[in-house]
Amino acid sequence: MRGPAAVLAALVVLVPLGAGADSSVKILNVSYDPTREFYAAYNVLFAKYWKAKTGQDVTIDQSHGGSGAQARAVTEGLDADVVTLALAYDIDAIAKAKLLPPDWAAKFPDNASPYTSTIVFLVRKGNPRHVRDWNDLLQPGIAIVTANPKTSGGARWNFLAAYNYGLRSNHYDDAKARAYVAALYRAVPVLDSGSRGSTTTFTERGIGDVLLAWENEALLALKEHPGEYELVVPKTSVLAEPPVAVVEANAEKHGTTQVAAAYLDYLYSPAAQALACTYGYRPRNNAVLRGCTTKFAALDLTSIEKFGGWQAAQARFFAEGGVFDQIYQPH
Amino acid sequence: MIAVAAAPARRPRPTVRNRPNAVPAVAIAIGALFVGGLIVVPLVSVFIEAFSAGAGAFASAFVDGYTRSAIALTLEVAAATLVCNTLFGVLAAWTISKYRFPGKALLQSAIDVPLSVSPVVAGLAILLAVGVHSPFGGWLLRHGLRVAFAPPGIALATMFVTFPYVARELATFLQEQGRDLEEAALSMGASVWQTFWRVTLPNGRYALLGGMLLCNARAMGEFGAVSVISGHIRGYTNTVPLQIEVLYNEDAFAAAFALSAALALVTIALSLLRNLAEHRARR
Amino acid sequence: MRSRDAIPGRALALGTTLTIVTLAVLVPLAIVGLTAAGMTGQRLTAALLSARALAAFRLTFGASFAAAAIDAVAGSYVAWLLVRYRFGGHALLDAIVDVPLALPTAVTGIALATLYGPNGALGKILAAHGVAVAYTQLGVGLALTFVGFPFVVRSVQPVLAALPAEFEEAAAVLGASRLATLARVTLPLLLPAMLAGFALALARALGEYGSVVFISGNMPLRTEIVPLLIVTRLEEYDYQGAAAIATVLLLASFALLLAINALQRRLIAARGRA
Repeated sequence: MRGPAAVLAALVVLVPLGAGADSSVKILNVSYDPTREFYAAYNVLFAKYWKAKTGQDVTIDQSHGGSGAQARAVTEGLDADVVTLALAYDIDAIAKAKLLPPDWAAKFPDNASPYTSTIVFLVRKGNPRHVRDWNDLLQPGIAIVTANPKTSGGARWNFLAAYNYGLRSNHYDDAKARAYVAALYRAVPVLDSGSRGSTTTFTERGIGDVLLAWENEALLALKEHPGEYELVVPKTSVLAEPPVAVVEANAEKHGTTQVAAAYLDYLYSPAAQALACTYGYRPRNNAVLRGCTTKFAALDLTSIEKFGGWQAAQARFFAEGGVFDQIYQPH
Repeated sequence: MIAVAAAPARRPRPTVRNRPNAVPAVAIAIGALFVGGLIVVPLVSVFIEAFSAGAGAFASAFVDGYTRSAIALTLEVAAATLVCNTLFGVLAAWTISKYRFPGKALLQSAIDVPLSVSPVVAGLAILLAVGVHSPFGGWLLRHGLRVAFAPPGIALATMFVTFPYVARELATFLQEQGRDLEEAALSMGASVWQTFWRVTLPNGRYALLGGMLLCNARAMGEFGAVSVISGHIRGYTNTVPLQIEVLYNEDAFAAAFALSAALALVTIALSLLRNLAEHRARR
Repeated sequence: MRSRDAIPGRALALGTTLTIVTLAVLVPLAIVGLTAAGMTGQRLTAALLSARALAAFRLTFGASFAAAAIDAVAGSYVAWLLVRYRFGGHALLDAIVDVPLALPTAVTGIALATLYGPNGALGKILAAHGVAVAYTQLGVGLALTFVGFPFVVRSVQPVLAALPAEFEEAAAVLGASRLATLARVTLPLLLPAMLAGFALALARALGEYGSVVFISGNMPLRTEIVPLLIVTRLEEYDYQGAAAIATVLLLASFALLLAINALQRRLIAARGRA
């Protein structure tokens, strides 16, 4: 029978992994795609802080992927202690699965978003397509790289930023905004499952003329490939607030509630805010923002509230049969 | 089952033609060129890329904590897979070679099914069978055993994909051997169990070893099926092939190829050993 | 009464074997089909007949057939070399044939993607001649040819080696040229084995994932193979959509293998009659 075999396999594998002593603790942070570098650095910072404060050694395991896919994975059994995702709807989905309380956004300051970001364009050196703003994305023959809104959080911010432009440049005419995004997505050759995948497609595989990206992703690409790309900041974009939450059901089961809450709390500390800044995330702490070496461009940012909040936006645009499904035809 | 291909790869002696003309040389050169271009060049490129950043970078790839976890997980999963599939393989080989029953060909075809199933479909099948939403998965979860997105699920998916190997190798060999030895032992008063342990198993030990080596090599290299069910948690549910993908996607090319070179060396060595075992079995 | 030469334990052994095979192999695959069966006709149509799905099926089947066909020819050729000739490096060539089987698919994948990519050693040379391999259907075909190669060689080798030399010698005595002998005597005898190898290579190619996903570029309607489409649906947690596509792939693969098997049996039977 497969049952005993599975148990045998589980024992062979889990027993060595299972031992948990009081002097050390392990938590799993399920995050969205572009945050690998940031959390790698933050985990070191937090471990040092926690050791000094409590004497306990903490190991943080990371999982990265498209925000929507990650949230779904958690509801399907991915054993996250904390989630640090791209948008509130994805954490709401986990709340709906009763793994954390519905008022999770009130547990940490600023709607449980320790930093913000926005959507910008990354273009190739010299900006050969002369992309300055959203309307330049409709040039004939241009190829635009963005991720799959069904799985990626960044991709949904991308879509909304584009739709937002479509609205504002057409006197808030929904039909015209739809026509704009439909035309834009006709120019997309491939949808990766996460924002990091999109960046790789654009930079490593050389596909596309413009990458619609998280600001932090674009800044990272500039740092890692000096001289090859340029950042183009459109006049308008969305205010993205990537939120965080403790997955209370899992944390209680693992006995990690205290360290998990502290892990997320520490994101608001000046040290962590400064770290976020160096990785291209806009810190909430204004003092840190002013003193930051990364200079963030000023642009007109629209919040999700203009779309009626994430529940309404997800249902209208990204649910099965929604606006995205209606306009997206790969070709 | 495709009858001809059922026989595992043999190494027949070449029949020598004593015709010293240029045609063989040219023909062989063409063949060598094709095989060289198709297979050797990519294989060699793995090792070249692995050392492209120097020997120091090669070594440091194996110091990374996530890589080490991946190696440990791969070894554990391969071990569990080997145990389970060997137990089944021995049972199936015994059943097929020592008994007469209707539908034998059908049984052999059923055992071979995982060979023609896409690894992605295999992973999907396991996910649907033991995932959180399935009845069985839900039951397991209530009893504290998480299977999908955890190492047990990876083990199950790997077991599915490598299911036929031991059974095929051993069954083919034992079928060729016939039942004479066993019948003789039984007629001399040995029990079935004794016959199996003292006669059948020693007789087939090299074929069994060959099957186990093949199963192990395939298990360590499995990618598609594991990718579907793993959850890709760094340090917990990434096997070596998955870790290679992670490194590659993060542009850590030297590390990705270093790990690839190591894994390739192991699986190729296992494959060569398996050929030796097979050779030994047929002597 | 039990016949004298029956080995005891048949019921237990057979019963246990059947149970394990059913639970380990047949039930999980059945669940895939059942999951798909729960879809409404409209959703099923959307999942299987969308432009994207059809393009994926076309690419997977087309590229797999082409790759297996190339393998059938090249693999038989190399099998011929290995059986008929002795030469320095014979053992090496023999061992190299197994490499695509032994090499983990992810390693194959990144090796091919890097080698034939825009910055790769071979990719650059080919690009200079206007040939793009990476992120094209050509790249998909190349990866599939790579992984299917050993199946043909190992199918043809033993059969070729076991061919009685009398047929070819008789043909030579009767004055046939080597080429004619090859075409009229050897090849027909080898056809079943070549078919078997072709079928194995084809089956492998249809389901191949790791070797292909790195070099293909994964662009819908252009270079997206069926296994990748399944993974994409899974990432979107569209289990039913994934199961539907997987079921079609399973059924098509089985049907193909059965057909080739039947063809093979016909050939062997026809030869027996001749």
